[in-house]
Amino acid sequence: MTSAREIGEAAVREDVRTRWLLSAPALIIIFFAAIGPLFIMLLYSFMVKGDYGDVKFWQFSLDGWFKVILERDIFDDTVTLADAHLSVLWRSIKLSLATTVLCLIFGFPTAYFIATRSERWREVWLFLVTIPFWTNLLIRTFAVQELIRNEGIINSLLLRSGVIAAPIQMMFTDFAVMIGMVYVFLPLMVLPLYASMEKLDFRLIEAGYDLYAGRFQVLRRIIVPLVKPGIIAGSILVFIPALGAYVTPRLLGGGKSLMLGNLIDLQFGQGRDWPLGSALSITLMAMVMIALLIYVRSASGTGARHG
Amino acid sequence: MARGFAIKRLPGFATVAIVCFVVLYLPIATLVAYAFNSGMSIAIWEGFSFRWFVAAWHNEQVIETSLRSLNIAVIAASIATVAATMAALATTRTNPYPGLTFKYAFINQPLMVPEIVTAVALLIFFSRIKVWTGYSGLGYLIAAHTAFCIPFAYLPIRARLESMDLTLEFAAADLYATPWQAFKRVTFPLLWPGILSGFMLAFVISLDDVVITEFVKSGGQDTLPTYMLGQVRRVITPEINAISTVFLILSVLIVTLFFFVSRKKL
Repeated sequence: MTSAREIGEAAVREDVRTRWLLSAPALIIIFFAAIGPLFIMLLYSFMVKGDYGDVKFWQFSLDGWFKVILERDIFDDTVTLADAHLSVLWRSIKLSLATTVLCLIFGFPTAYFIATRSERWREVWLFLVTIPFWTNLLIRTFAVQELIRNEGIINSLLLRSGVIAAPIQMMFTDFAVMIGMVYVFLPLMVLPLYASMEKLDFRLIEAGYDLYAGRFQVLRRIIVPLVKPGIIAGSILVFIPALGAYVTPRLLGGGKSLMLGNLIDLQFGQGRDWPLGSALSITLMAMVMIALLIYVRSASGTGARHG
Repeated sequence: MARGFAIKRLPGFATVAIVCFVVLYLPIATLVAYAFNSGMSIAIWEGFSFRWFVAAWHNEQVIETSLRSLNIAVIAASIATVAATMAALATTRTNPYPGLTFKYAFINQPLMVPEIVTAVALLIFFSRIKVWTGYSGLGYLIAAHTAFCIPFAYLPIRARLESMDLTLEFAAADLYATPWQAFKRVTFPLLWPGILSGFMLAFVISLDDVVITEFVKSGGQDTLPTYMLGQVRRVITPEINAISTVFLILSVLIVTLFFFVSRKKL
């Protein structure tokens, strides 16, 4: 005999089955054109490198991973740290952190400014932040490049006004990459910061002033703790794409200021060392995952969302 | 409330904010301004002219790569929107069921992994398939674009669905509508703005993509962004500014449209 409960359970099972069928196309596409290849790349990182790129199939070796941080001298086989790779790794972390901090320094007042406007103006300012966010990153990087290159606008203005005699070399430096990244990633900091500042209860601030707090104390003891989820979300949203940046360092850093993304690119281009490239990619992905994990840990319960 | 003491004010914040807005728009504004330069330089102003727009229009490579970009974006965004709509219907308005969290993670995965990593993984995978099958058409680019467009299309559709309850669908079912009829006559018309937003977002994301396209494309498959990336390393003329300007206008139009469509209330 079938009870009402069994009928109900059958309906739920049927519903869940329909839901799996409905989500199948999205899952299949993402599996084949995004997630699956990552596993193949993991496999490749353990293979012997081919002579002209690619790998020697099913010949396994730990060389790819070895070369991420170590270097074997071709003459006497001594093993040393791979300074070239480590310096790129270090630069990636350093520049990403610097970018995050600068975005926070500039983004925090900006978000606060927007959050304290009248409702109608808030939308206008917010829209002004959103526009660069959705416009092509390549074009925005290119816009920065046009300003700072040797024959660019800043240099030609300074030259013609006689302030400098020779153009200032700004391109192809760490500084250029950092400036470029701050410029392109700033909206990613402002938007989540704004989202948490919008909910700020200004009566708490008023209470702070009533209790004789100064402006700085109010900022440090009331506003910052209240918008902490936004600070964390914004920092992660800037740090992660900065760490994996490719276009900005390629255009502004060139061959002199490589970041991890460009080092990976080199292994698939001139370097022809796919296992090393794969191992570096997985290293980068692991760093991003760790950053995300820290974020999830610190944001759990606040319900912060991407975007 | 005490007048004369603005509790919301923090000294210097407004100044920094205004500086930020100026800095955000200044490079773009100069880029656009120099697209109208009559001289060869991207830094020395010589007079107003449309010559670089005309030059870009007559540049066969620009037209060819633009059409390819649009072609890929339309196909990839369409497939991604259909797949994302189905996935959104499958993952909202339900009690948690086994695999629901897995689906969220899976669908959002392309957002979590750095683009360069996905790009080289696809390069490895597709180059192997190219050897096996001999096929080297646009299919690879379309597949790659579709995959990273799905999470972007999914976001607004899911948001819209979550603000709709199932009452109307139940009412339709009470009136003997089949599930398909209920979807077509009730759910779909209500969901439409979300689907449109999702499509526009996916379209812009596909159109803008440089990194994945750069690694997945075969010879002669440049899109407008990868073509531009190749050009900016050479001697540059304001032609590239003119192309960027048109590109920017298109993006801003779509984003503005997106803003208005996604704000449409139920």
